[in-house]
Amino acid sequence: MTVTLLSWSLLLAQLMIGTAMLFATWRVLWGPRAQDRVLGLDTLYVNAMLLLVTFGIRAGTDVYFEAALVIALLGFVSSVALAKFLMRGEVIE
Amino acid sequence: MIEMTAELPWIAAVPVALLLLIGAGLTLVGSFGLLRLRSFYERVHAPTLGTSYGMGCTLLASMIFFSVLQGRFVIHEIVIGFLILVTTPVTLMLLARASLHRDRLEKNEQVPPPR
Amino acid sequence: MRWLLPHPLVSLGLLVLWLLLNRTYAPGPALVGIIVALMGGWALALLDPGRPRLRRLDVVLKLTLHVLLDIAKSNLAVARNILERKSDRRAGFLRIQLELREPQALAVLACIVTATPGSAWVEFDPEDGQLLLHVLDVGEEADWVRLIKERYEQPLMEIFA
Repeated sequence: MTVTLLSWSLLLAQLMIGTAMLFATWRVLWGPRAQDRVLGLDTLYVNAMLLLVTFGIRAGTDVYFEAALVIALLGFVSSVALAKFLMRGEVIE
Repeated sequence: MIEMTAELPWIAAVPVALLLLIGAGLTLVGSFGLLRLRSFYERVHAPTLGTSYGMGCTLLASMIFFSVLQGRFVIHEIVIGFLILVTTPVTLMLLARASLHRDRLEKNEQVPPPR
Repeated sequence: MRWLLPHPLVSLGLLVLWLLLNRTYAPGPALVGIIVALMGGWALALLDPGRPRLRRLDVVLKLTLHVLLDIAKSNLAVARNILERKSDRRAGFLRIQLELREPQALAVLACIVTATPGSAWVEFDPEDGQLLLHVLDVGEEADWVRLIKERYEQPLMEIFA
């Protein structure tokens, strides 16, 4: 019985996080400013990390943990680099 | 789709399910705010819903799930939680400052002038 | 002891991180973890970020509890703001005069403020201590000043005294 409960709540949670990723993607694609795109990308990274954690629960293995960790790290580094670039670089919008 | 096979006792399954739904719900609302709020500075606040308790609930669900499943303490999710907790403020602060800098360069009236 | 463990908390954190990532407490990985932790402490001592002195563990705990509670509260408040589209919501910038000068304490304060949904740290002038905040729902300005100054800044000054 608990398998049904867990798999349905997992499905619902994954759908919600997936929708959240779509919203973030909208900001990445349609800005309007460059900083909005970077903010959307950062949110997208965090949401993708959470989605991987839920996949890990569904599969019952913790192989997804490393992937989630790497995504979180990459998201941080890329967002900081982009924010720094916005502050210094010539941005073409 | 990966099939769910893990059988948990009710006492663990119900909290895991609830935490998953709350965490995903907060993340969804946060990202929805990204879509809905009108100015960039308002939108900066939206993703923190997902990165504070949205992330916390999801990671806690994962911790409870694997701890019960494997019959020992599985708390390595704390590493991700700590990482996000420390890095998100840095990203958001840098972004807000970059945005302020750019708005000031463009003489945007809506941002406070430099002192 | 000082040459072996110049930054005991950082070394301990590294060791815990190492063990968590290895998912084992076997003596082999633990030994490697201890070496990594020691070398991490030495590396940090070479970089010399200055040594913050942490006092008042009870204040640390109380502040952590307050922050967790405040983040939960503002999670709900911001979620309601996003979903309901309140008409009297006024977003805006706030300037707050801070007394805090310790760089590490300021970093902690910045993390607290930004991690809380509904308030974001935008700019800080280290010379005269003026902080520029952006707040999603301003409401009463004095409430924000009191929140930052009494609830966060005061304990941080005690901790990093």
